[in-house]
Amino acid sequence: MNNPFKPLAMVLATSALALALAPQSAAQAEALRGTIVVDGSSTVYPITEAAAAAFRKEYPNVNITVAVSGTGGGFKRFAVGETDISDASRPIKPKEFLQAKENGVGFLELPVALDGLSVVLNLQNDWVHQLTVEDLKAIYLEDGKARKWSDLNPEWPNHVIKVYSPGTDSGTFDYFKEVVAGDKGSFRPDMSVSEDDNVLVTGVYGDKYAIGYFGASYYFENQDKLRAAPIVNPNTKKAVLPTPENVVSGDYAPLSRPLFLYVNVESLRRPAMKKFIDFYLENAGKFATKVQYVPTSDKISAMAKSFLKKRKTGTVFVTMVQNDGAPVFAKRELSLDQAYTEANLLPSK
Amino acid sequence: MKHAPKPALLADSAVIAKRTRSLAARHRKDIFFRNVCRTVASSSALVLVLLLTAILTQGLGSLNFQFLSGPPDPDPAIAGLWPAMMGSVWLVVLTLVIALPLGVAAAIILEEFQPRRVYLRRIHSFVQLNITNLAGVPSVVFGILGLTVFVSMFGIFGNGQEAGMEVGVTYFDQFYNEGDFILEVPVADQAQPVAEPVEGMTVFSYEGTAMALHLLGDDEEWPADPALAKRSLRTWDAPGRIQENSWWYFRLPFGRGVLAGALTLMLVVLPIIIIASQEALRAVPSSLRQAALGLGATPLQTVRQITLPAAVPGILTGAIIAMSRAIGEAAPLLMIAGIVFITHAPGNMMDDFTAMPLQIFNWAGRPQKEFHDLAASGIIVLLTALLIFNTVAVVLRQKLQKPLS
Repeated sequence: MNNPFKPLAMVLATSALALALAPQSAAQAEALRGTIVVDGSSTVYPITEAAAAAFRKEYPNVNITVAVSGTGGGFKRFAVGETDISDASRPIKPKEFLQAKENGVGFLELPVALDGLSVVLNLQNDWVHQLTVEDLKAIYLEDGKARKWSDLNPEWPNHVIKVYSPGTDSGTFDYFKEVVAGDKGSFRPDMSVSEDDNVLVTGVYGDKYAIGYFGASYYFENQDKLRAAPIVNPNTKKAVLPTPENVVSGDYAPLSRPLFLYVNVESLRRPAMKKFIDFYLENAGKFATKVQYVPTSDKISAMAKSFLKKRKTGTVFVTMVQNDGAPVFAKRELSLDQAYTEANLLPSK
Repeated sequence: MKHAPKPALLADSAVIAKRTRSLAARHRKDIFFRNVCRTVASSSALVLVLLLTAILTQGLGSLNFQFLSGPPDPDPAIAGLWPAMMGSVWLVVLTLVIALPLGVAAAIILEEFQPRRVYLRRIHSFVQLNITNLAGVPSVVFGILGLTVFVSMFGIFGNGQEAGMEVGVTYFDQFYNEGDFILEVPVADQAQPVAEPVEGMTVFSYEGTAMALHLLGDDEEWPADPALAKRSLRTWDAPGRIQENSWWYFRLPFGRGVLAGALTLMLVVLPIIIIASQEALRAVPSSLRQAALGLGATPLQTVRQITLPAAVPGILTGAIIAMSRAIGEAAPLLMIAGIVFITHAPGNMMDDFTAMPLQIFNWAGRPQKEFHDLAASGIIVLLTALLIFNTVAVVLRQKLQKPLS
């Protein structure tokens, strides 16, 4: 993902950080010692890396290590108290929540950014007004039916669809695959694949019958060259464009998702850890934009800060239902915007 | 079968005679075969040359002092390889220190002290067979083994990877007060609950000066005098416990530190060292052994003074090949540590680490081209290390080898 504004944005971001977070004296910054262990999702990793690198420039004696075992692998270590922070690209599952509960690990659930994908079309493509996940399946899967636009809708041009996709190594590909193909199902082998999003932009820009996808923020940069396909939200049945507002509100589903930090509340007693999390949340929006994610809404980020300040532990994505006296835990099927309130918190301790 | 088949020899002899008679044809065939071999051999060399040129052109640009001495960073312009390089150095040295004595001892017992009794010989050949098998096991399998055996030690020291026993560590409770000052209280016993602030208790500044604590309530104003602010806390201030490890810090179970990584790599390279050492010992002419034994030397004396010294060049070569293997391994380390962002070099055997192959893998997997260049620079560093190892191996073999018979 090459962003022409990146160097400038980075300079601005770092200088702003330096001003905002300079500790009172260099000696005091050095006095802050300790280690912080982070593991988890490779999707969240770039944000955490940006935060850790910027933090270390202020506090050189705090050692932060970030590993990428994946969200599930991260939770496994987090639930036994091995790590201080777990990066997660999905909410904690009831099973993982129970594990943390059994081990007495209290945690804070803090959304730090949103990850959205845009499905893009050529500007001359005037026939597509909306696409469903089913359509995407038909276009992208190996056993999908749509090889020509007319296969999707008889009124559409009888012309072969030129399919573009980010490389299979990218997290964007993984995420798109997860939504479109699920666990099984493989992508058609004859896609034009490139690790460089610029190639995808040029490809779709130059071909009337092309379709492609990449990170939403990258589409924002290229709105003059491409148009995004409105994607039908399977819950509301409404076609939604990947605007920052729709990504933030959660309407742009299922191609957007919140990214979380799970923070061990016991570790938060350590001054280094406290400083780091304060620093992270304060600048999450900046770091998220820098690595091409969408910042969370002001409401959500204010809520996250208040949870942190009041040490409101637990998750809003697991509910407890009494079943013959024995508690049963289930997943709460709500978007972040609807679920993330203090009343919904289910503490693990 | 009505018709008996013609004898093959008779049938073909005419053809064969025709073919072999022409000397020119045979020469052509010979030249053709030679050219095929040449093409195949040079194409493999060509691939290497292509790879090296590609890596060098891509990586030399970003290979500078900043890259060699700096920590990784999200900004590729200032990202560096230092923690990964140091991690690799720690790993390779520890691996060799542990694996070499074990490997050589195993080779000696397998080669020089072969048992005579039947059941012992069965065990002996069973061990031998397994060592040969181990050499072919994919290294990621050793990673899983290392995770249970070294990292958590089957959980016999309690929950997960928490330290059950440790030496060389000091604990203290760290307060961070309203004036941005750090106050520390030493902790004698880790089992103690964290310190609660009490008026007048001894606290230490970061520089190590002892001070009497000044305690403030909620409604009291924060002192303007910096000297007083430096030793002030609110009644409700709570500390966090942090630990400082000395360079000889040691703990059980090992956790995800360098030592666990090195022990896992030891599993990977041990078969290589054993087999190389065995071959080196086997290459020592048995006349030397027999002469020593004939002069009245014990088997121990024979090994110490005759066989082992004669085998040293071969053993060292094996050890260095094992080092090259260890420095390039990524899969088992990914199981043990998997850390891709770390800004400090390991300070003790239990410290967190990453290694060059992991860092290169991480950079190569990123979408930005600048990181691919960094990965190429990392590969140059790794290749240079490998090249040095191999050169040392060749030189040692040349220098130390003496005619033995």
